[in-house]
Amino acid sequence: MKLPIFMDNHSTTPLDPRVLEKMMPYLTTEFGNAASRNHAFGWHAEEASERARGQVGQLIGASGKEIVWTSGATESINLALKGAAEFYVDKGRHIVTVQTEHKAVLDTCKRLEKEGYEVTYLPVDKEGRISAAQVAAAMKPGTLLVSVMLANNEVGVVHPVEEIGQVVKEKGAIFHVDAVQGVGKVPFSVDDAKADLVSLSGHKIYGPKGVGALYVRRKPRVRISPIIDGGGHERGMRSGTLNVPGIVGFGEAAELARLEFKEESARLLRLRSRLHERISSRLPETYINGSLEHRLPGNLNISFAYVEGEGLLMALKDVAVSSGSACTSASLEPSYVLRALGIGEELAHTSIRFGIGRFNTEEEVDYVADLVVGKVQRLRELSPLWEMAQEGIDLKSINWAQAH
Amino acid sequence: MAYSEKVIDHYENPRNVGSLDKNSPDVGTGLVGAPACGDVMKLQLRVNDEGVIQEAKFKTFGCGSAIASSSLVTEWVKGMTIDQAAQLRNTKIAEELNLPPVKIHCSVLAEDAIKAAIADYKAKRAAREAAAAE
Repeated sequence: MKLPIFMDNHSTTPLDPRVLEKMMPYLTTEFGNAASRNHAFGWHAEEASERARGQVGQLIGASGKEIVWTSGATESINLALKGAAEFYVDKGRHIVTVQTEHKAVLDTCKRLEKEGYEVTYLPVDKEGRISAAQVAAAMKPGTLLVSVMLANNEVGVVHPVEEIGQVVKEKGAIFHVDAVQGVGKVPFSVDDAKADLVSLSGHKIYGPKGVGALYVRRKPRVRISPIIDGGGHERGMRSGTLNVPGIVGFGEAAELARLEFKEESARLLRLRSRLHERISSRLPETYINGSLEHRLPGNLNISFAYVEGEGLLMALKDVAVSSGSACTSASLEPSYVLRALGIGEELAHTSIRFGIGRFNTEEEVDYVADLVVGKVQRLRELSPLWEMAQEGIDLKSINWAQAH
Repeated sequence: MAYSEKVIDHYENPRNVGSLDKNSPDVGTGLVGAPACGDVMKLQLRVNDEGVIQEAKFKTFGCGSAIASSSLVTEWVKGMTIDQAAQLRNTKIAEELNLPPVKIHCSVLAEDAIKAAIADYKAKRAAREAAAAE
């Protein structure tokens, strides 16, 4: 077993060697511009891009013709939201989304609010989910767009997008799904979800960074206004020379995800359950954040009461994981996702997110579980809060300072 | 974020971890910070009749910099008079540990913890003297 261990597969994933192999020719000899129509270099690049379109489309049950290449999911989301908001402004100016969406969605919505759109941010239940009924209740005649993520990047909670898509279409709005974290891990198809727009990323599914895609439905046709002006690539929706090696890699990664999805998800779930069991059976007062039932198979977001998350991360220095604690982010606020689940700031500060992925082994899971148990025990011995809790003092009865 | 070697050393080998009897008349206890903010320090000092700190113990809930700050001050204050310890400034702690700007609040908390422990000790002593005078 090699250290350090990477167990932060929601942040990014390692490139699958099979993907790199397919990319290599396009990083070396096949360097053509896919928009060059008059020579073989261009034709080869275009063929490669078209093949990858089909591969990415197939992963979500779509046609390659419905795939628009972008630089990554942040761009896809910006294009979907701003592009649909601008194109369908005559339908209304109201957008519905969820409080636990990724910042790419939330901050794009904030921008749209400044431009005169009205946005409803739906709260989630304590499991971290929203219901189709909530979406239906929030929609009104002027609702032009609903944006919901397939799976959350912090707590791994999976939303019922099929049920939500149903109500969105009944009410005639555009439905965007941020499928970045969920695709290839839980079942998803654009037709089952009745999705009009779907954002995808290459590097979350063992493909390269710097490439993403936006699915744009053709039947019935969905339109978006471009946000980048230029040479009119991607049928005018996204100008800019195609990142052919990245696209080829994304295509191959999508195909592998589609072919191996079932086995891989089952394996990840087994590893996740093992990690959970080995930690919670040996440590009291650990709490899973978010629904365990409706969850990405590789995600474990867990709070270790009385042990601050960043302090724990420092002890786990040979393991790459992340924390919902304030201290790991630039701001001093703990995770807004955990807060939206109604998790108190005290517990939010003690959360660790494990993201198990394709290349993690059972041996690694056992090593990480043992390490976590040992370090949490050590840090609890160091924690005044643990000591007080053991003495039976109710921490809520103490008049703590309010300033951060 | 990269930690300085001194922070790592104090984090991995914290000095003076533990608790003193908070009901003992020669012990002052400071409990500062808040769980909701992600930092809580408990610092305790045992002070002799000459006002010299004989023993210092801490427990900290927080990040590596918070643990290191409290560990460091328990080393520093031992042997100081309480008046000297009260003069200890957070800037000295931050400088010694090479804390980045985002971690300065950890050193502030350590300074506050010492002051709170001294105030608690002084309050106990004042109460005792008042009781003796009656």
